[in-house]
Amino acid sequence: MDDGETLTIGIDLGTTNCALAYCEGEHGPAKPLGIAQIVAAGELAEQPLLPSFLYIPADGQFAPGALALPWYPAARDVVGTFARAQGASTPSRLVSSAKSWLSHSGVDRNGEILPWQSPAEVPKCSPVQAAARYLGHLRAAWERAHPDRPIAEQDVVLTVPASFDAVARELTCEAAMLAGFESPTLLEEPQAAMYDWLAQHADTWRQQLTVGDVVLVVDVGGGTTDFSLIAVGEEDGALVLERIAVGDHILLGGDNMDLALAYTVRAQLEEGGTELDDWQMRALTHAARGAKESLLGEDGPESCPVAIAGRGSRLVANTLRTTLTKPEVDAVLVEGFFPIVDADARPQVTKRAGFVAMGLPYPSDAAITRHLAAFLARPVAQGGTKPPNPELGASFVHPTAILFNGGVTRSPTIRARICEVITRWVGAEGGAVPKVLPGTDADLAVARGAAHYARVRRTGGVRIRGGTAQSHYIGIARAELVVPGVPPRFDAVCVAPCGMEEGTEVELPQSFGLLLGEEVSFRFFGSSTRRDDAVGAVVAPAVLTELSPLETLLPAPEGKQGAIVQVRLRARVTEIGTLELSAVEAGTDARWKLSFDVRGG
Amino acid sequence: MRYHPAIVEVTDVEPLGFLARLWLAFVLPWRLLFDGESARRIAALDAPPPLPATTVRPAPAVETREAEVIAAPDHTAALQVLALLQREGRLVDFLTEDMAGFSDADIGAAARVVHEGCARAMKQYFELRPVRTEAEGASIELPVGYDAARVRVTGNVVGEPPYRGSLAHHGWRVESVKLPSTTAGHDPRIIAPAEVELGKA
Repeated sequence: MDDGETLTIGIDLGTTNCALAYCEGEHGPAKPLGIAQIVAAGELAEQPLLPSFLYIPADGQFAPGALALPWYPAARDVVGTFARAQGASTPSRLVSSAKSWLSHSGVDRNGEILPWQSPAEVPKCSPVQAAARYLGHLRAAWERAHPDRPIAEQDVVLTVPASFDAVARELTCEAAMLAGFESPTLLEEPQAAMYDWLAQHADTWRQQLTVGDVVLVVDVGGGTTDFSLIAVGEEDGALVLERIAVGDHILLGGDNMDLALAYTVRAQLEEGGTELDDWQMRALTHAARGAKESLLGEDGPESCPVAIAGRGSRLVANTLRTTLTKPEVDAVLVEGFFPIVDADARPQVTKRAGFVAMGLPYPSDAAITRHLAAFLARPVAQGGTKPPNPELGASFVHPTAILFNGGVTRSPTIRARICEVITRWVGAEGGAVPKVLPGTDADLAVARGAAHYARVRRTGGVRIRGGTAQSHYIGIARAELVVPGVPPRFDAVCVAPCGMEEGTEVELPQSFGLLLGEEVSFRFFGSSTRRDDAVGAVVAPAVLTELSPLETLLPAPEGKQGAIVQVRLRARVTEIGTLELSAVEAGTDARWKLSFDVRGG
Repeated sequence: MRYHPAIVEVTDVEPLGFLARLWLAFVLPWRLLFDGESARRIAALDAPPPLPATTVRPAPAVETREAEVIAAPDHTAALQVLALLQREGRLVDFLTEDMAGFSDADIGAAARVVHEGCARAMKQYFELRPVRTEAEGASIELPVGYDAARVRVTGNVVGEPPYRGSLAHHGWRVESVKLPSTTAGHDPRIIAPAEVELGKA
């Protein structure tokens, strides 16, 4: 390794765990960084993952210096393994799932709202600040291990869920900047998993995939599920990869499954007259995870004993024991989360009556296979101009290959179930059985793939195209007579079609008159399903998802207050993968950036 | 780095031939009578092994010399391991509890908690390898000059190596230790703090 060589670094900023991997030189695998973190009060150790949790202790809750980090001796709160362990018994002081809050447009994402609904005396932080804390910890751990390689001078790729809209991506970048990163490039997580697979099979992937293949990436992590479709095409005799569809952000993952299993066991124990306290319930959730991994593993046993330790020092006296059987786990996890459904099944939406607690938008249907059916049917239902499958009459996209990622998909039983369901769907329409791409490391694939992608950007190699995952629209009031009491009606005009590549810019044909010296605000929408709207296309806002509004203030020169300037809107996808909108004055080319108003509401 | 040596039960030592024994029977009585050093070595064959040096109470004159060889023990790492095994696998709770009066099933359930947690902790902080990679029960040959710290021979130990025997235990060797470092002011003697659950105000 010569000095001064820039390294490529991939960071997986996960909902429940973060990881960092890096590549040295032009060849060779990406290596994971052992991340130094507090593992118990007063103890620092390296671990392969950094749990994405922040614990905010009460004054004096730990001995002075117990949370000290080598790079931050005065630390008063803690990130990582100890934060997760301590927070499990004191949830009101624990920040968790910050990433899901980052993509939740219903709240003020720069507002100090986390830990969610905690008592007033607990110091709060915003979702952006929490993400910045995790990234800052990764940066410090990296620089401690590589003091001569400051992170701002390396090529850093940061992964985001494919379902993140323009606002959530922008906020992720903002968090990275707060943490001292210099413009990290963004990459979608399922694409990162694909890059890791490509790097692992650098010599053989061209034999494993052929023109016309459609790879379905199924990423079921601890807290979220993400789908993407990547099509294999041909250009000038070479295979090219294009990401053709991304799914919605589904807050369902392994944690839900462990909890579901724990509730099942608790119900059994309660039938026998045993009540569990909170502590035992957490011990049970932990034990249920172990039992799940054993029962759903390769050649798993028919039943698995579950021991639930009590809290006091008398371990044998206070340990409860019970048994989980394979049929029970199959019923709760496999049938509960991955039921065999038809290709036309859709997630069931239950109407929520009355007041809905503000919180993360958890889906009301836990069946991941129903979400998958809806995802595969969407590109066809939308009547895309680029049907990914040539077969006529296919009612949904037929994947020809499946790449699994995320901890849940480590289980052969669950992988087999997902394959079985897709094979049924495809088979009913005369399609072939999809092949499973041999997996990579479920914990580290995304970080490693991101590091590989950073290297591919520098030194060349196969890249996945596809550009932006969503198309974006702004709301423009209709030129109609104003009726008192009726809010003006809006049209949504496409300002940035999906599929825009990095570094490209488009301009809206219409021009607008903007008042100088006054705040202007536009409603802003996104869609991951409308793939064919061109710039300027007018659609009904009802079919779109409303995002945070865009706002800008055009400063008025002296004496020009209230004057109107004619501007056109331009949308640019930056080199790092964020969407930038600006108003450009006709004639002078003066430019005002529009920023997202993420106060929620 | 410390390890449990592999144990080889020596079962098959080549006995000396008749001519060699005849020669020894002829020379040894003369050596016993006239060569003090040889007599001492032969006597040692018959005597119990000497006690390890550490348990011999040293005379005041040699005390300083021993201090140079054996440093005062630093218990921090030992306490840390105890804390780790308690935290992850409740080992101290388990070992301090009175087992009388519990059924094997109850003890077994608690042992699962201990085993699961301690195994995870051990795997995380210690990289363990067998000293000998052969299967236990396999026939092993120990050459001249084998490392007696890595392999301990038992059983019919007579004559000089090479020895032939069967592998009774493959031994354990710690390849690497990655114990957590402790922050300044950390009291390692608190291997588990008392826990007080605060009720709702």
